[in-house]
Amino acid sequence: MPDTGPTAGERFIQGIIPENPVLRQLLGLCPTLAVTGAMAPAMTMVGATAFVLIMANIIVALIRPLLKPHLRILVFTLTIATFVTIADRFLAAFMPGMSELLGPYVPLIIVNCMIISRCEICASKQSLPTAVADAFGVSLGFLIALGAVAGVREILGTGQFFGITLLGKGFPGWVLMIMPPGAFITLGLLLGLVNWNDQRKKKTAA
Amino acid sequence: MKLKYLFDAWLVIFLALGFGAALAGVHIGLSPKIEQNKLDKTLREIPQVVPGAVKEKSQPVEIESITVYKAFDETDKHIGWVVPAAGDGYADKIELLVGLNPDASQITGLAVLSQKETPALGDKIKAPDFRDRFRDKSTDQPLAVIKDGGAIEVITAATVSSRAVCDIVNSAVKQWRPKLKELN
Repeated sequence: MPDTGPTAGERFIQGIIPENPVLRQLLGLCPTLAVTGAMAPAMTMVGATAFVLIMANIIVALIRPLLKPHLRILVFTLTIATFVTIADRFLAAFMPGMSELLGPYVPLIIVNCMIISRCEICASKQSLPTAVADAFGVSLGFLIALGAVAGVREILGTGQFFGITLLGKGFPGWVLMIMPPGAFITLGLLLGLVNWNDQRKKKTAA
Repeated sequence: MKLKYLFDAWLVIFLALGFGAALAGVHIGLSPKIEQNKLDKTLREIPQVVPGAVKEKSQPVEIESITVYKAFDETDKHIGWVVPAAGDGYADKIELLVGLNPDASQITGLAVLSQKETPALGDKIKAPDFRDRFRDKSTDQPLAVIKDGGAIEVITAATVSSRAVCDIVNSAVKQWRPKLKELN
């Protein structure tokens, strides 16, 4: 199968900002909202999701000549579910505290559309190196998005960053920010900022 | 045509077998560690729940297929029991460990194993400040919060969570006190 479409380098760059999975494509919003109360769980989630995405892209790229159109989604899901289970068991064994904190959101990586969309758009059509570059790029994009939301929420909500106190004892901590509404407010403002920046750029270009 | 569709599925079957085997391997490899983690977590809490207890000397005891722990101090004196308890909180199930003295007549302490109460309000049930309010309370009468005529001071703005902990402790006492008295 000829490798048409963006090159590996282009795929990598596109995943980070121009086609950022969360901020541009609005995919993977469940973990973005649910586990970004603090940096530590958010980064663990990014690690687990990146592992699943990279492994799924590798497997799908390797077996892509064998894929049948009517069975491809089934194969993607099967592959993703396998690596999610591995990630989940791994967290339960080596990071029990974090595994408990993330709770159902680790198994829920299975239904993260970000991953299945990369299998469908890139890995099932392009060569292995391109698929790997794509997975790394998109994972980095996911890292940036979750890091931004979790950073804002943890700093404003508790005055801490990665559990290290940044703002002095005098800072009261906006409890709202670490509660669910804080996730929606932060993500909404962040998306607004990205769109505003976009429009501004378009205007200067025109 | 139908046969061809079935035949096409060979890849799915093959992958399912391969992935299934891989997962079985992961499970066999990691499950002892995962079980150990769960046990460690309970054992870690025992000195908090029964003051003076030594973690390493605690012995699990199976009563009606539920594991409770017999707590011993440094001189191998039996100083209490640790029983699991669970019930509905404000948001989700709250799981506790309740410490009782050897004849189960007094509560020696509480530990929270899992809870999903409101952050910064209901989740203060984890704080030692709240848990200590149960220490040395007699189990002769069911416990209640001050609002309900009892002796337990509630957490500000988290009456429901405080009440839930009381109820869970009461049901655990009701369930275990007769059995532990017999064993003592």
